[in-house]
Amino acid sequence: MTHEHLVNRDKCKGCGVCVEACPKNVLALSEDVNAKGYFPAKQARPDDCVFCAICATMCPDVAITIREIADQAPTENKGGK
Amino acid sequence: MGKIFQKPEALADVDTHYCPGCTHGIIHRLVAEVIDELDVRGRTVGIAPVGCAVLAYNYFTFDFQEAAHGRAPAMATGIKRVRPDLMVFTYQGDGDLASIGMSEIVHAANRGEKFTTIFVNNAVYGMTGGQMAPTTMPDQITTTSPAGRDTDEVGMPIKVSELLAALQTPAYIARQTVIRAKYIRKAKQAIKKAFTYQLEGKCFSLVEIVSTCPTNWGMTPIDSIKWAEDTLLPYYQLGEYKTPNGAG
Ligand SMILES: Cc1ncc(C[n+]2csc(CCOP(=O)(O)OP(=O)(O)O)c2C)c(N)n1
Ligand code: SF4
Ligand code: SF4
Repeated sequence: MTHEHLVNRDKCKGCGVCVEACPKNVLALSEDVNAKGYFPAKQARPDDCVFCAICATMCPDVAITIREIADQAPTENKGGK
Repeated sequence: MGKIFQKPEALADVDTHYCPGCTHGIIHRLVAEVIDELDVRGRTVGIAPVGCAVLAYNYFTFDFQEAAHGRAPAMATGIKRVRPDLMVFTYQGDGDLASIGMSEIVHAANRGEKFTTIFVNNAVYGMTGGQMAPTTMPDQITTTSPAGRDTDEVGMPIKVSELLAALQTPAYIARQTVIRAKYIRKAKQAIKKAFTYQLEGKCFSLVEIVSTCPTNWGMTPIDSIKWAEDTLLPYYQLGEYKTPNGAG
């Protein structure tokens, strides 16, 4: 099993709390705005993600989802996007 | 190792009106997670306050009632007395609960009404534009204390958990916070305990949650977390103030 980390761009309010909370410095705010006019969070360094879910735990808007996915054969891009 | 993280079923799949970084959203999610875990969504009724959480009824997938300002405990009393089989909780801010609604909550707690209160203490009136609350810190600047809270004039901030824990009847009174991930697990545990005691027919339970209001504190969400940690937590100490087996 591997995992997938997803930020729902249009739910995100760009508060930056997840960026600060991530112990692996994976997240950053995007430079382009979402439908609400906020700068949403994104996985800037996805390969460093350990799927600890600290970002998701802190997100006031439940904009981050982490789920298990079946292993793909060659494990490229395992960080998810 | 890796955990799965997703929206609980008891939380509606909608965008909230809360400001970026506002901890109301985290507290909503924890309540919803506990309701899912206890499997009581079909028989839960929440009472929404007047305050920023006034629209909470839009954000959960179970029944809700809206109460007049500060009067959620009276409404919860009525619902729980008529339908003791329901899980009833109020969700109230510090302006709502500790100011206009202070007598409602004290008497409901003292009567040992068998509902639960989730008390969100963000040290300010959020919805109405950041006025001083009974929980505002000494020297804290608000729109009605532009030079900072003057404790000579208005007294020290009220510690609601300690105050209610002094009553004999309540079953469970605890204060936790959600400003950092390391505190969130304990906050959820406290909410789960409170709801579980209610299911067991124990008397009144309340969980106070030290929260942030970045907008009305005039800070970024990150700075407001730091301010809450440095200023609120030393005064509003976390812990269990009353448990069914004696003092916490
Ligand atoms: C009877 C009555 N008095 C005053 C108000 C105005 N009012 C609306 S919300 C509020 C205070 C809300 O503050 P709090 O309970 O701390 O919740 P927050 O918005 O910070 O979450 C007040 C005084 C009202 N709606 N009704
Ligand atoms: S904590 Fe949530 S709302 Fe805030 S920036 Fe991160 S994903 Fe967006
Ligand atoms: S005004 Fe304060 S309490 Fe209200 S939604 Fe905004 S941050 Fe939250």
